[in-house]
Amino acid sequence: MSEAREFKYIGQRTIRPDGFDKVTGRAQYGADLNLPGMIWGRTLRSPHAHAKILSIDTSKAEAHPDVFAVVTFKDFGSVEGESINAGEGAADVLDLARNCLADDKVLYHGHAIAAVAARTERVADDALALIEVKYEVLSPVLDVEDAMKDGAPILHEDMFTQGYEETPSSPSNIATRLEMKMGDIEAGFAEADVIVEREFRTPTAHQGYIEPHACTARYDEDGQSLVWCCTQGHFDVRTSTAKLLHIDLSKLKVVASEIGGGFGGKTVVYQEPVALALSRKSGRPVKMVMNRDEVFMATGPTSAAKLKAKVGAKKDGTITAMQGWMAYEAGAFKGSPMMPGVMTMFTPYDCGNVQVEGFDVVVNKCKVAAYRAPGAPQAEFAAEMVVNELAEELGMDPIELRLKNAAKEGTQTIYGPKLKTVGLVECLEAARDSDHYKSTLAEGCGRGIAAGFWFNIGGQSSVSINMNTDGTGTIIEGSPDIGGSRASMQMMAAEVLQIEPSRLKPIVADTDSLPYSQGTGGSRVTFATGMAVIEAAEDVVRQLKERAAAIWNVTAEQVDYVDGVAINTAGGEKMTLAEVCEAAEKTGGQISGTGNINARGAGPSFAVHLCDTKVDKETGKVDVVRYTAIQDAGKAIHPSYVEGQLQGGAVQGIGWALNEEYIYNDDGVMENPGFLDYRIPLASDLPMIEAIIVEVPNAFHPYGVRGVGESGIIPPLAAVGWSVGNAIGRKVEELPCSPPRVLSLIQNG
Amino acid sequence: MVSVVYEAPDLIEGAVNLLAKSDIPAHVLAGGTDLIIQTNNSSDAERLIVDVKKIAGMTDANLTDAALELGPSMSCASFTERDDIKAVYPGLVEAAYLIGSTQVQGRASVGGNLCNSSPAADTIPALIANGAQCVIAGPNGERTVPVEEFVTGVGQNCMEKGELLKQITVPRPAANTSDAYLRFIPRTEMDIAVAGAGVSVTLDDTGTCTAARVAIGAVAPTALLVPEAADALVGSKLDEAALQAAADAASAASNPITDRRGTVEYRRQVVGVLVKRAASIAAERAKEG
Repeated sequence: MSEAREFKYIGQRTIRPDGFDKVTGRAQYGADLNLPGMIWGRTLRSPHAHAKILSIDTSKAEAHPDVFAVVTFKDFGSVEGESINAGEGAADVLDLARNCLADDKVLYHGHAIAAVAARTERVADDALALIEVKYEVLSPVLDVEDAMKDGAPILHEDMFTQGYEETPSSPSNIATRLEMKMGDIEAGFAEADVIVEREFRTPTAHQGYIEPHACTARYDEDGQSLVWCCTQGHFDVRTSTAKLLHIDLSKLKVVASEIGGGFGGKTVVYQEPVALALSRKSGRPVKMVMNRDEVFMATGPTSAAKLKAKVGAKKDGTITAMQGWMAYEAGAFKGSPMMPGVMTMFTPYDCGNVQVEGFDVVVNKCKVAAYRAPGAPQAEFAAEMVVNELAEELGMDPIELRLKNAAKEGTQTIYGPKLKTVGLVECLEAARDSDHYKSTLAEGCGRGIAAGFWFNIGGQSSVSINMNTDGTGTIIEGSPDIGGSRASMQMMAAEVLQIEPSRLKPIVADTDSLPYSQGTGGSRVTFATGMAVIEAAEDVVRQLKERAAAIWNVTAEQVDYVDGVAINTAGGEKMTLAEVCEAAEKTGGQISGTGNINARGAGPSFAVHLCDTKVDKETGKVDVVRYTAIQDAGKAIHPSYVEGQLQGGAVQGIGWALNEEYIYNDDGVMENPGFLDYRIPLASDLPMIEAIIVEVPNAFHPYGVRGVGESGIIPPLAAVGWSVGNAIGRKVEELPCSPPRVLSLIQNG
Repeated sequence: MVSVVYEAPDLIEGAVNLLAKSDIPAHVLAGGTDLIIQTNNSSDAERLIVDVKKIAGMTDANLTDAALELGPSMSCASFTERDDIKAVYPGLVEAAYLIGSTQVQGRASVGGNLCNSSPAADTIPALIANGAQCVIAGPNGERTVPVEEFVTGVGQNCMEKGELLKQITVPRPAANTSDAYLRFIPRTEMDIAVAGAGVSVTLDDTGTCTAARVAIGAVAPTALLVPEAADALVGSKLDEAALQAAADAASAASNPITDRRGTVEYRRQVVGVLVKRAASIAAERAKEG
């Protein structure tokens, strides 16, 4: 899309189609499916962060009269180490299996070892105590520094660092080393008048979705099976589960329930293959629902990281060199989001001399999973903090400094392509011109600003639109709706068909009902599934024209379709969409459009945030007093949902910056596995987040859409971090800015 | 199988009798906001639950010229709605208002908060600051214990088998007296105190402090009455030096631990800050009153 166009429905704030079910409690979530004869599964988890499993004796549990089945890693049969597409990016099947149920080693506190299915949840819980596991306890490795040291305890004897010209001959906790560079970094720094360099740390942070992981699985006598679960990608649950249990894809139906938050964390299987294995063994449907402490201890938060950032500039503010270093905790198995960290770190800047080095490091903590712009918040936090310090050193306004160096169309990225049309400059200008930025900072407060970049993705989406004889229709898509996408699908189809959105019912269908659709992640659904919806709707329009043409005995080319009405350009007759659908029986059968695509051309979304904080100098407590989130949506299909994404991302980032962190003791036991002590922000903690939508259309989407789900979590870390430092006259280098840390910074510098 | 025996007697004597004679673990149920979670996690196969809310006076509050006679099971929601009580003991009411969420306050009670005997309980320092007494009924009759002596350890109190908290008596404060309670949490609500401070001060006509009680919470195994902090206030006009001396005395008296909610050093520092601020608020209220 190259120029602005008029829309009939796009851009309105329609009533969400899933709203009534959610507010009345009718909506069915992961734990809500009960089947006749169903029993309950519970998981035995490791009390140790690092240990060899010498033996597992399940005989006493199996002998319990109310226990129907016990499974361990052995029940997966032979599992090969191969790469499959599971959720956001590739996963190693063997690692996936060993994370669902430990093989010969437990690698984190809470690591699943065995599962029991019993008549009730309580009996299943009690029966776990009957399983006897003998361990040889090993020293845990709890952060990247310890893990990278020579002589550190090794998690995987078969892991050799990838990414050096010569693969080392001894095993290491460093899974991968990656370097990206362009230009001449040394020459760039030599040119600089001012250089700023700092080290930073960010904690392990969880997505904090309210709904725990839950599923019900049923394995039938004839080998057909069903998994009902809360997931961001039920086709990927099918892939992973079928692979671990050696089932044909056609024999496993996965149904995505309504989902109470995911943010990337529900792209991976934990219980689904285990529940199905229990069902296969017991002959009964099995339900598994995690407790909150299990969600924290044993699902996939995002990486804690250690980072270094160095930036140099001339006196006039021209940035001449940018250099980064990062080590990301992957948790128990390789695969942190270090690579997107390396790729995104300095992308908001048009600088020719850039070098970034990253390390993917295993430690004795739960395996990380995707979390909203995975890998970018940590890396860009470090980058934005030094850019703010650079502005301070230069005596320049931080927005002016960014505008002077902003990435724009044609800017070379470190990871290969040049940027297409992007909206960073427009976001910075919107920030500069905002009421917030023009407002005077209150006494004792601090202000921070930061930018954020995220690629967004496209990918495979499959959609059918089935028309009914009354002119209504069903939009059948395969992308679980975690952020209001059903409303957007309805509006995009309505725009093509030129009928009221409420006449179209959007549903997320199970894996039997549609071809493969990639999961909901990477801010891809409104973009890619939206394109598939538009294609399917255009297919419907094409058929409407053909059917009307058949009735009028003209060619389809002679039929126009305007405002929901087919018009015979030869004879002047008109038929509404409903009339053509009603006559479908006579013109060749029912009308159904399809759009099965692999979308390309996802447009990056830049975000710029402003944050004012007030710090209680005696307690170190930080209050966010004003916050503005500005982001390029390309085209906001449903502005309320876009604002919700901007605000939601900001709030999660603020929580990460202020109070959220995994706290481990020296033995690697997580000490705060609950919402009481893992402190996500409460509504009363925050001001209304002001959202400003910038629209610089993405030329590769028919309506100009850019994904908006992720970029919003990137800027808060530095916007808050800088603001706090500004309020207390110190430099923040470690998150979260929890009261004890801030007080210590005030008192000790 | 877990077996629960539920009883709801309508007389104190009945409750005492049930508790005293039970041969299975027995628990008193007020609002249940702590108890139900604790018993759900308990491994006891059998338990007796004695619901005391049907006993006359247990869920009422009576404010007389001499004292507040508080039914221990009165819900915090009912308690915090009482403007007459709030006018006399604003700090105690604000402490009750901090427990849990709005929904939880519909069940939670001041007596339950006290009997649960958590080091971080919000109402305990506020009760101590007001010189509150616990009236305990038991098989051998009634006895009265000051709140600061009621809690004996983490989750432990002085009540023996068969005993039951019958009433919390909070004496009417002297003229020109008021109180305040402050706690520190990293967020705004729905959290457990990292440190807490309840302060009551009495002023004379010149604004000089003639009497004070300072109590601190979440910084030792039990809430502590800190006479040294009160001494630092008495005789002063609550100037910065006096407030700081009280803060220092509270910090010195504290005996906190390092855990996921805060470090020893942090809690020591913050409890002093809270004492200072609570004393100032109490003094402002005493002047206005």
